[in-house]
Amino acid sequence: MTAVEIAAAVRSGRRSARSVVDVCLSAIEAGEAEIHAFNLVTAEQARARADEIDAAVAAGIDPGPLAGVPVALKDNLCTRGMATTCSSRILEGWIPPYDATVVEQLHNAGAVFVGKTNMDEFAMGSSTENSAFGPTRNPRDLSRVPGGSSGGSAAAVAAGFAPVGLGSDTGGSIRQPAALCGVVGVKPTYGLVSRYGLVAFASSLDQIGPFTTTVADSAAVLDVISGPDSRDSTSIGAHQPPVSATLDDGVDGLRVGVLAELSGDGIASDVAARLRAAVGALESAGARVAGASVPAAVYGLSAYYLIAPSEASSNLARYDGVRYGLRVDAPSTPDMNAATRSAGFGDEVKRRIMIGTYALSAGYYDAYYGKAQKVRTLIINDFASVWEQFDLLVSPTSPTTAFSLGERTADPMAMYMSDVCTVPVNLTGQAAMSVPYGVGDDGLPVGVQILAPALGEPVMFRAAAVLEASL
Amino acid sequence: MGQQRITRAECAHVAALARLELTDEELERFTGQLDELLDHVAEVEALDVEGLPPTMHSLPMASVLRPDVPGEVLDRDEVLAGAPLAENGQFRVPPVLGEAP
Repeated sequence: MTAVEIAAAVRSGRRSARSVVDVCLSAIEAGEAEIHAFNLVTAEQARARADEIDAAVAAGIDPGPLAGVPVALKDNLCTRGMATTCSSRILEGWIPPYDATVVEQLHNAGAVFVGKTNMDEFAMGSSTENSAFGPTRNPRDLSRVPGGSSGGSAAAVAAGFAPVGLGSDTGGSIRQPAALCGVVGVKPTYGLVSRYGLVAFASSLDQIGPFTTTVADSAAVLDVISGPDSRDSTSIGAHQPPVSATLDDGVDGLRVGVLAELSGDGIASDVAARLRAAVGALESAGARVAGASVPAAVYGLSAYYLIAPSEASSNLARYDGVRYGLRVDAPSTPDMNAATRSAGFGDEVKRRIMIGTYALSAGYYDAYYGKAQKVRTLIINDFASVWEQFDLLVSPTSPTTAFSLGERTADPMAMYMSDVCTVPVNLTGQAAMSVPYGVGDDGLPVGVQILAPALGEPVMFRAAAVLEASL
Repeated sequence: MGQQRITRAECAHVAALARLELTDEELERFTGQLDELLDHVAEVEALDVEGLPPTMHSLPMASVLRPDVPGEVLDRDEVLAGAPLAENGQFRVPPVLGEAP
């Protein structure tokens, strides 16, 4: 059942929330040992919460638009009283004293949390292999990665462990695993969803969004979690129209551009073929399709791998053995700080902190970080001119289908290249989503990325619904 | 790959700035990997961005202020419970300036 179907059935009393969550918990029990989507499964709390929802319905109270919908939360979303690890040893034993705003919103809408999902440590990675607790496997093929960094949430939804997963997307961490696992994944416009309670990686790029099996489910979840939040000073201060309301309005007359810089070189031929099929479907539905060019987009990856690590090196300075989780004892505080960080962080996190510290250090700031920020402006300007001619853009989400476990772990640059199609949108703050669109030559899912200007979610979702219906 | 962009000594200096103790093996590996990354991102050096303002934040936004009245705050004991060591309502750390108390 989809999330929308579950909520309708639970609200009307046709189905109990308890029976819904029991199905999910049984699926987790049967498949989790192989897939390892979760860092923590909260079966007992989930059953108790479902019983609460059922009691509310029995008493004539409407539990909300996501009544009884099981949700898997990425383990970088703070949950009061429930361990939040970011898949890092350094947060071992830390229990957040508050809930993230999205967690509160989902709870208030009647959702039932089933657990915290595995991820690349502090969301740094593209395969979920950088987890201190071991990798997650792709439910479509256990020898492949689920993508990352939100690989646990993507895998949980693809495996039927929960109809909804929440992830975070700093450079593609929702869209790329959605593509590799064959589910829908959304990176909303920066500021549309509150980041309060999301453990920070790169604050000017991070954004929370949903994973679901259908476009309508992602719309329903986004409508619950979007909106202003006084606890996040970067949240957009005005409510936006619900995307669910216009989901079926079609694409007739919309101008759709095929983004040349992200659709040519380096894209596997089977992935490119699926993009062509998607473009054909949009054309058949009445969209006017043409080639589009954003020349500076090719510099996205370079700008991203300077900006994101720089922000990360600053954000992760707080893990010093004083306030959270792990401490490795040493005779002095500076020694304790270094001993704790060296023992608590994994390789990829250390690498990114090093890159960022270098790019921000005296003598290199202007050449690297300062330059990257100007390139970011260049990319924003290039997109701005393309939005004068197009309502939406399309590209592949990932250059390839899911790769094998271990294939790219020894070569960070090869791993970083997985994000080439997704990072430009984080730099510009625009909306984008990945919609599954058939399979590649290896039988594994291919995702098509739809890009929209800032706050263009309603139109973006209309195109996603058309693609979904055309399959 | 062109000339080396970062030396092992520079890498060790960066690690010290970042409060990371690296083993010899880590230092060797990270030096090579950082060098490869810097070589790739160096493509931005050739771009003419003279006169463009830097973007720190993708959306046009001003600082947000709220009325200066006390709101809800986190419970101190609950916050300190997540720390490795706390005493008398404060975080406890080893000596900072070298001498034991």
